[in-house]
Amino acid sequence: MSLASQDMATTGGGAEDEQAPPLLEARNISKYYGSVIALKDVSLQVHAGEVTCVLGDNGAGKSSLIKILAGVFPPDAGELLLSGQPIHFSGPRSARSHGIATVFQDLATIPLMPVWRNFFLGQEPTSGIGPLRWLSVRHALGVMREELLKMGIDVRDPNQIVGTLSGGERQAVAIARAVYFGAKVLILDEPTSALGVRQSGIVLRYVVQARNLGRGVILVTHNPHHAYPVGDRFVILQRGRLMGSYLKDEISIEELTRLMAGGEELAQLSHELQRLGADQPELLEVAATFAAEADDGALET
Amino acid sequence: MSVTTQAEPPVPPAAGADERAFSQRRLTRVFRRPELGAALAALAIFLLFALNPTSGPIWMSQAGLIGWLSEAWQFGILAVPVGLLMIGGEFDLSCGVMTGATGIMMGLLANGLGWNIWLCIAAALVFSVLIGLFNGLLVTKTKLPSFIVTLATFFILRGVSVGLTELLNSNSTIVTVLGHPGGMASAKAVFSGTVGSNPAYPVAILWWVVITVVGTWMLQRTTFGNWIFASGGDANAARNVGVPVNRTKILLFIGTAVSACLVGAIQFTQGYSAVAEEGAGYELFYIVAAVVGGCLLTGGYGSVIGATLGAAIIGMALQGVIYAGWPSQWGYTFLGFLLLLGVVVNTFIYRRAQRARR
Repeated sequence: MSLASQDMATTGGGAEDEQAPPLLEARNISKYYGSVIALKDVSLQVHAGEVTCVLGDNGAGKSSLIKILAGVFPPDAGELLLSGQPIHFSGPRSARSHGIATVFQDLATIPLMPVWRNFFLGQEPTSGIGPLRWLSVRHALGVMREELLKMGIDVRDPNQIVGTLSGGERQAVAIARAVYFGAKVLILDEPTSALGVRQSGIVLRYVVQARNLGRGVILVTHNPHHAYPVGDRFVILQRGRLMGSYLKDEISIEELTRLMAGGEELAQLSHELQRLGADQPELLEVAATFAAEADDGALET
Repeated sequence: MSVTTQAEPPVPPAAGADERAFSQRRLTRVFRRPELGAALAALAIFLLFALNPTSGPIWMSQAGLIGWLSEAWQFGILAVPVGLLMIGGEFDLSCGVMTGATGIMMGLLANGLGWNIWLCIAAALVFSVLIGLFNGLLVTKTKLPSFIVTLATFFILRGVSVGLTELLNSNSTIVTVLGHPGGMASAKAVFSGTVGSNPAYPVAILWWVVITVVGTWMLQRTTFGNWIFASGGDANAARNVGVPVNRTKILLFIGTAVSACLVGAIQFTQGYSAVAEEGAGYELFYIVAAVVGGCLLTGGYGSVIGATLGAAIIGMALQGVIYAGWPSQWGYTFLGFLLLLGVVVNTFIYRRAQRARR
């Protein structure tokens, strides 16, 4: 946290608070699609050097929340604050220029392009004069290797096509890219949802790396087992409403899981599992998934 | 970028991901080049006509070389921008007929208004930019497949160019410059003159080489080239990181149209006459060249050198068949098989690249 306050001291203009304001804060955000309430009075904060986890089942309003934070559309009510100052994003580009980078699950990298081209896409380093400019490939390769090494990724062949990387590595490239291009706040949309256990572990390690580099990270996930080990704050959404907002020492992983899945169903399921004589923790996770699915089905009808 | 907290040591575990990363040797890197297939095919077909006893002697002479190069540049000058457009994820079926339409426009202007040839070419150039802009805007705004949009442009252009020519040119679709407007000699020297004497190489071949070099440089070494790959590879992901996808595509459409105008100028200045239907049907050859050269039909992958090699293959096939004394239609059969092979190889590459190892 000392890192966070240092960071804020340089950027913060409003020193009226005793504490540094969060890098990004959403206050009582609401979003409606016609008569459907996607989000209602949702608040969240992310500080420098912290991971804020947004948890919720499918349809909980996670993606609406991310899109608001990423500047895709404005909230219908409530406000966004950037380092304590109210801010309005006119679009994703505006959010990005304010240091908010979003890594979307499937839209993070372009599979057929080499790693280095992906890394610099949209912000290519060039040399040359006036309109006659060319890519400084050598510089780009050097920077990329260095940045990826900082995240603990060793790319042996920068010309390797991203599609041949593993899912975790692809997310890592996208995260490293956002960190390098000066993102103060990283929004990661379900970075582990399509990954196996091992790959998820790799991605979560990069989340921690980004946090250690002093960035604020918003990790969106429906898996409490991925969120709990890396998170500092937990925001739980259910059906567009804030179910709760906790600091890490205020909540246990069991409680987090229970809150997320909706207590009753899980209680029922764990009952059944106990009856089946399940003592493995893996089965508990299965139970959580089932509970989540049951909840999802109830939402749709 | 200053890093206050040094990344913690747990780097070794990340090596766990690396142990599966296949070691890239120099050879595999060569095999991964999109133009490799085209290069091998070009070599094979060159050897085929070189070793054939009927075509061998002329094939290995400079005259033989000029013969197939003169066939190939007609495809090559457009195969490059069509290849770039395909890498950018779009097709242009109107650029074949554009070569005839711009040529006929130059002829009608020179004949009807007596303009200087350079002015006629400039007017056709402006026209081609507008058509490219029209194609690009229509495709990016409507989000319709460019295949359909440019097919419509193809028919519109063809109808207008033939109809208008017949109207203004006493029912003939062939326009020949009758007077002596200014700039005839200089325009001919620039577009359709020759270099060297005995044997004389057409300047058009030089245009093809220049376009290939510029196109390769642009694709591989400029920001715009990076955007071409990205726009064709995944337009949404590209937009997410701030790539102006629509602008990139519109510029590529203008590129094909302007290159068509160049071919129109070359053909027009050859004999100072133009045929209204000229070039219709050629658009498929450009696509064949690009596909054989390793450009994916779905976009996002390919090479300019590959497209140029594809054009060379078409030139060699069509001309070599004549030298060898075979019925000329066999050249087309050969091209058909080559196209199939090209698509199969490309699809294989695409699947391999897309296969996500999660």
